[in-house]
Amino acid sequence: MEIQSLAAEIPVEGEYSLEGIDFITSGEQFLTFILGAEQYAVNILCVEEIRSWEKPTKIPNAPIDVKGVINMRGVIVPIIDLRLKFGIGEPIYSDITVVVVLNVEKENSTKTMGFVVDAVSDVLNAEEKEIKSSPAFGGGVPQHYIDGLVNVGKNVVTILNVQALQTIEQHQ
Amino acid sequence: MSIDLSQFIPSFLEESFEGLELMESSLLNLEQGDDETINSIFRAAHSIKGGAGTFGFNNVTEFTHLVETLLDEMRDGRREIVQNDIEILLDSVDCMKLLIEAIKNETECNDEKIDITTKLLEETLNTSQALSTPTSEGQSAETPAPSDALIEWSIEFVPDHHLVQTGNDPQFLFNALAALGEVNIEANASDLPALSEMDPEELYLQWHITLLANVTEDDIKEIFEWVEDECKLTITKKTATETAPIVSSSEVNKTNSDSQQPEQIPTPSEEPVAKSEVKSMKPESTNKPVKAKAEVGSIRVGVDKVDNLINLMGELVITQSMLSELGNDFDLSKVERLNAGLEQLLQNTKELQESVMRIRMLPISFAFNRFPRLIHDLSKKTGKQIELILKGEQTELDKTVMEQIGDPLVHLVRNAVDHGIEPVEKRIANGKSEQGTITLNAYHQGGSIVIEINDDGGGINRKAVFDKALEKGVIDGSSSLTDSQVFDLLFEPGFSTAKELSDISGRGVGMDVVKKNIQALGGRIQVESVEGKGSTFKVYLPLTLAILDGQLVRVGTEIYIIPLITIVESLQTQAESINRVSGDMVLYRLREDNVPVLPIYQLFGLESDATQVEDSLLVVVEDDGQKVGLMVDDLLAQQQVVIKSLNENYQQVEGVSGATILGDGSVAMILDIPGIINIAQKKARNHKNNNINSANTEEVTP
Repeated sequence: MEIQSLAAEIPVEGEYSLEGIDFITSGEQFLTFILGAEQYAVNILCVEEIRSWEKPTKIPNAPIDVKGVINMRGVIVPIIDLRLKFGIGEPIYSDITVVVVLNVEKENSTKTMGFVVDAVSDVLNAEEKEIKSSPAFGGGVPQHYIDGLVNVGKNVVTILNVQALQTIEQHQ
Repeated sequence: MSIDLSQFIPSFLEESFEGLELMESSLLNLEQGDDETINSIFRAAHSIKGGAGTFGFNNVTEFTHLVETLLDEMRDGRREIVQNDIEILLDSVDCMKLLIEAIKNETECNDEKIDITTKLLEETLNTSQALSTPTSEGQSAETPAPSDALIEWSIEFVPDHHLVQTGNDPQFLFNALAALGEVNIEANASDLPALSEMDPEELYLQWHITLLANVTEDDIKEIFEWVEDECKLTITKKTATETAPIVSSSEVNKTNSDSQQPEQIPTPSEEPVAKSEVKSMKPESTNKPVKAKAEVGSIRVGVDKVDNLINLMGELVITQSMLSELGNDFDLSKVERLNAGLEQLLQNTKELQESVMRIRMLPISFAFNRFPRLIHDLSKKTGKQIELILKGEQTELDKTVMEQIGDPLVHLVRNAVDHGIEPVEKRIANGKSEQGTITLNAYHQGGSIVIEINDDGGGINRKAVFDKALEKGVIDGSSSLTDSQVFDLLFEPGFSTAKELSDISGRGVGMDVVKKNIQALGGRIQVESVEGKGSTFKVYLPLTLAILDGQLVRVGTEIYIIPLITIVESLQTQAESINRVSGDMVLYRLREDNVPVLPIYQLFGLESDATQVEDSLLVVVEDDGQKVGLMVDDLLAQQQVVIKSLNENYQQVEGVSGATILGDGSVAMILDIPGIINIAQKKARNHKNNNINSANTEEVTP
């Protein structure tokens, strides 16, 4: 349900217009989203669903970016604020704040986690050769989270490594 | 007629593992020796061989055949049961386990242990060849047959009418016979009733089989072993010929002029096998890769449990239909009946839930079963004499817990053998009996299962542990610790006081892993030890991992669940019972006890209504004899909650044993009392260290 309602909320014209999704492509598809003023993307096959923000239950003494856990159809899913994790943008929670729920296989088990982002924007088709490696210096996002960069028009989209995203810093 | 046999492979594997377990435990008991035991071992080996043969796992069949031969000689009293043979058989069981595991994992098994054991088995068998019949021939491929003489066997096979209903198929028997040599099979349909009287599920045919092969009567009997009780079988030896004459059916008729006259009639439609000339053929599954990888665990459940479940299900259906009838035409006068119905529904649901949970419960003997063998091997390796006593094997434990507690238990038992039990000379010198005793005991205590591993060995050397901890810098010299605190140091990573490493234990990895594994199951471990008398490790495990009776409490805006089983009492604080002692610690006087107060809001870093003990409620909980008071803002309902793991998508969180979903769909954390105590202790220690540090800097600055 979320994806339709969200798609309706996204302005049809303007900066983040949703293009017709072309399913007959050779490259991979990525879901792009916005953190602050920057664009990021994750492999679309890892996306379980996109939900609206709901207040999670706190986990005691959790790292600052772990907002807590929610009940997603009987499954306990931790919610991580990417803006806090990467130190990008303001962590404001409003009606249009979005949680992207990602699935990833890890050590024979599948982990499901939700990530808070400012907004989801587009589905991006990218051939492997279009993905460039990112410069190895600067930026608040640690290198191991980044799979590469893709040029989209004038903008640059950072492709995130879903596997790395799901590692959590130890509790203090 | 081809059935996809591969679908039965998982059950074959499961049965084989069960059979191997039975063989192993029986072999260990065989040391006392009796006929029934050896028979049961033989039967287990035989079923595995039979199964493996059916599926074409030839390496298993061949290997098991050797084992079986040896067992057969023992069974018939042709061979003395000596310790050495038992060792070989135990090794063989290991090899069979390897082979069958290889099948399970769809890998090739080339372990050299198998070759070694095969050789040992063959040697053992050869030593007794003089007094035994040549049973080991025929199937073991390398052994050449003593003579090339082909023997003509005449087999009368008169199956009972219900043979096919018991799952046997004559075709398989004929195939097996064909594998031995040349066969000629004729059906006798004289008993075939008129079509109107015929039961299509019965078998009315009889067979006369001529087998020309170099086999013994036993070999033939073995093929018919499965149907032995369901048929009349006559096997007669006719001639031994050097050449292989084709026996025509007419000849057979003459030599065998019994009442049954074989008629060569066409096959009745419901019975596909009447007359068949079966060529020697290999089971086709040998060259077909098996694809049955999907690992689905299964449980064996007692019929009573299932029956109970079905009864409850019936009651639930009745209640449901009653309620829906009530709902069809509802008015306020029926409120009372509605309430009664809902009450009944609650009762049904609860009982159903309990029964379903009970299905997951298995007797702990599943976990204990491996220990007799372990002790047997270890005592051989260490030269210590050890008796193992198992108690409370029928105590039931959740299947998941059972699977995960196995390894930690093995570790503890190994430790007990290696570090606990002293060498024989030392035991005698200390005035103990030569034989050391290790006792495994399991019992229920409150809401937990307790597993005790007790040894009557040397006990833990408190001083050695303490010194080692000093050396490792785990503690500082000034600390005075209680016995149990010292013993807890054993579970620190990299901690081993064994003077020499042995290949059994002593590398200092392990005890911390043991503790971690047990904690991951929501359990804990406790050590008691008296020097010179022995030690006891007690493992406390939760009864089930799935459901818990909880007290809902509120702290600030968060709702937490305290396991009801840990709660001693809940109370409104009285100002005069609050004492502040030794710096910053708050104690609450509860009758004779002084209970330390732990403010949850502080430990978890939350906002709370009341920050003072005086204004809040206190839930007194007990863990391991230690009582603490948890400061909460409000007591809410008591209810059963389904435990959901945080681990699944997140990680273990200290102070929280899991989460649950409340009636309104929100998530609530379940508090873990030992974890909370731990956090509090850590905070107190940090606090103290900070104070010391600041004190030090003050001293330096002037």
